[in-house]
Amino acid sequence: MAYNLKEELNKPERFAPGHRLCAGCGAPIAVRSVLRALHEGDHAVIANATGCLEVSSFTYPYTAWEDSYIHNAFENAGATLSGVETAYRVLKKRGKLDKEETFKFIAFGGDGGTYDIGFQSLSGAMERGHDLVYVCYDNGAYMNTGIQRSSATPMYADTTTTPVGSESNGKMQNRKDLAAIIANHDVPYVAQTTYLGNFKDIHEKSEKAIYTEGSAFLNVLAPCPRGWRYETADLMEMCRLAVETCYWPLFEVEHGKWTLNYEPKQKLPIEDFLRPQGRFKHLFKKGNEDLLEQFQAEVDRRWENLQYLCNR
Amino acid sequence: MGRRDRMSGNEAVANAIRQVNPDVMPAFPITPSTEIPQMVSTFIANGKMDTEFIPVESEHSSMSAALGAEAAGARALTATSSAGLAYMWEELLLAASNRQPLVLALVNRTLSGPLNINADHTDGMGARDTGWIQIYAETNQEAYDNFIQAYPIAENPAVHLPVMICQDGFITSHAVQNIEIEDDEAVKKFVGEREVEEYLLNPGKPISVGPYSVVGYCMEARKAQEVAMENAKDVIIDVAKKFKKEFGRGFELFEEYKTEDADYIMLIMGSAAGTAKQAVDDLRAKGMKVGVLKLRVFRPFPAEEIAKALSKAKAVAIMDRCESYNGHGGPLGMEVMAGLYRAKADVMAVDYIYGLSGRDFTVDNVYDIFAELEDAVKSGKAPAQCQYIGLRTKEGK
Repeated sequence: MAYNLKEELNKPERFAPGHRLCAGCGAPIAVRSVLRALHEGDHAVIANATGCLEVSSFTYPYTAWEDSYIHNAFENAGATLSGVETAYRVLKKRGKLDKEETFKFIAFGGDGGTYDIGFQSLSGAMERGHDLVYVCYDNGAYMNTGIQRSSATPMYADTTTTPVGSESNGKMQNRKDLAAIIANHDVPYVAQTTYLGNFKDIHEKSEKAIYTEGSAFLNVLAPCPRGWRYETADLMEMCRLAVETCYWPLFEVEHGKWTLNYEPKQKLPIEDFLRPQGRFKHLFKKGNEDLLEQFQAEVDRRWENLQYLCNR
Repeated sequence: MGRRDRMSGNEAVANAIRQVNPDVMPAFPITPSTEIPQMVSTFIANGKMDTEFIPVESEHSSMSAALGAEAAGARALTATSSAGLAYMWEELLLAASNRQPLVLALVNRTLSGPLNINADHTDGMGARDTGWIQIYAETNQEAYDNFIQAYPIAENPAVHLPVMICQDGFITSHAVQNIEIEDDEAVKKFVGEREVEEYLLNPGKPISVGPYSVVGYCMEARKAQEVAMENAKDVIIDVAKKFKKEFGRGFELFEEYKTEDADYIMLIMGSAAGTAKQAVDDLRAKGMKVGVLKLRVFRPFPAEEIAKALSKAKAVAIMDRCESYNGHGGPLGMEVMAGLYRAKADVMAVDYIYGLSGRDFTVDNVYDIFAELEDAVKSGKAPAQCQYIGLRTKEGK
C-alpha cells in the first residue's frame, strides 16, 4: 500500500501529548515518526537511555508512552532491551506468552547515550543480533546536561565544553560516523534519516528497521533549538537544509549494500545550514572564511565517500 | 532422594541454576566466577536446561540485561566477582530500586589494586548499601542451598528485592568438597514458578518502568524499599525453615557453633568459619569455652539477633575480610558494634582484619585471637582494634 501521510496521522498516537519537551525539539517528532511505523495490533516495548526524552516523557506519576516502556540508565539502553527481547523469546518458547501476540522492541537514545557513553552497550546488542531497533535521535551534543560537546558534535560548534573564545573556534574534531560503524557490525539494516516533507523517508526506514529480523539501527537527525540556537518554528527547515547541503545525507545499508536515498538536484552550500544556527555564529565573522571552507571540504569529503560506497 | 556427590562451589551453584532453569542469564566472565556461566552454557549446549544465555560484552550490560529481562516478566540471574561487581554497581542500585527480584551468584574476590584474583569480601561489602539481600556461604553445600532459596526470598511479594548469593573465591568456588545434590524435581518444586503481576510483556496492559521522580515522590520510593528489606528478614527465616524441613539442612540468619556457654566468641562470615570451628574444637578439648557465630545473612543485617547471641560472652572477635579505609574498622566490625551498643550489651568487642586478597587464615591465627581475648578480659585491658592477622613483618616473615 502506497504511503499516505494523512492515513498515517489518523492512526492512534503511541506517544501522547503532555510531555515536557521544548517547543521546536526534534526528539518527539523522531519518536512519533518511528512509532507510526508499527503495525496496528502489534505491541512494543520501548527502551530509553537517560536524557531529555526520558526525563520529559516519564516523570512520575505520568507517562507519555502508550506502549510498555523501560528506562534503566544512561549507557545501557542496548543491553536493557537485549534482556527484554531475550525474555520475549524465552517466554514464548516456554508457553508463558501467547504465540499470537507480537511485540517489537525499539530503543531511543540521544547521541550522548548512543555515540558515547552507551556505545559499548549498543555495539554489544548489535553484534549479538537481538531482534530490535536502536534509534539515535542525534542532536549533536549533550543537550540534557546543558549543551556539552559529544562525538556527534560537528567541528567548530560552540558548546559549553568547547566554548568559542579568543583562543578557541569551538570543537576541534570532526564528528564520528556512527551509522557506518554500526553498518560494519554486519547487521541487516542501518539507515540515516530525518523528517522531511511528508515524512515518507523516516516512515519507510522505520518500518523496514522494525520489521527486518535482527538488529537494526536508525540515525535520526533531531535538531535542538537550545543547543543549535535556531528559531523554534524553523525545526523542519533545519532538517531540510541539513539534507540539501549534504551535511546529513539520507542512506540505508541493507545486509551490507549501501543505497543513497536522496541526491539534491543542486547541493546547497554548507553556509545555508550553518547560518541560522547560533552555535556557528563565529564562523561568519570576518577572518574566519577558512573555517567555513574547511567545514565545506569535510562535508564534500564525506559526501563523495558515501557516493563511492553506494555506487560500488 | 538426593545424591551424594563431590564438586566445587562453582559446580554446585551451576547445578542449582540448572535445576532452577531460570529464563534468562546474561553474563560476562571474570575470575573466579567464570566457571558458572561456562558450566551453564555447557548444560544448555547439551540440552540439560533451556535458559536463554546472553553472552554480553560487560558486567554493566549483564546486570542491565538481567534487569530488562526481569522487568519483562522473566526470571533472570547473572554471576560475577570483584571488578565485575564494581562495574555493575550502578545497575545493582537500579535492580533493587526497580524492585526486580533477580539473583546474582557472587564469587567473592578482592578488588584492585594491586591486581589480585583471590578471595576477600571487598566486592560484596562494597555493594552492602545497594539494596540487595546478601547471603554468604561457608561451604559449597551452603552456596548450593542458598541459591535454591534465593528466588523464593526475592520474589516474595513482601520483599521484591534482588538477592546476592556469595561464596569465597577459589577457597569455596574451586575446592572440591562432598555435597548433597537434591533431585531436580524436588528443587523445581521448592522454587516454583515466578508469579508476576505487572510486566512489560503483558499484552494489552503496558507499563512504564524506571521513571524520573521529582522530590515529591522519591523519598517514599526509598522508604518502601527500606520496608521491603526489613520484611526480608522474616521471609529469609521462613524460607530457611521450609528448606530445612524439605531437605534437612541449613541455618536461618546465622549459625551458632558451641556458643551457648562460650566466654569468647568469634564472629565470622564465609569459608574461614570452617577454620574457626576447627580451632574451637581444639581449644574446647583443652577446656577453653569458645564458640563461633557464623553470619549467613549480612543484608538485611540482623543486628538485634547478633547482639543477643553475643551478649553473654566475655569478649568477641569480629572478623572482617575487608578493609574500609575509614580509620576505625571493617564494615562487619562497625555494624556488629553498633548493634551491641544499641542493645546495651556490655561485651568487649574487637575488630580484626584477616584474609585480604587471599592471605591464609589458619587455626593458629584463631588460637592467637582467642588467647588475646582471654588476656584482655583477665587484664581488663582491651587489645588494639583492627589488627591485621598474618601480616608480613618488616623482616619479611
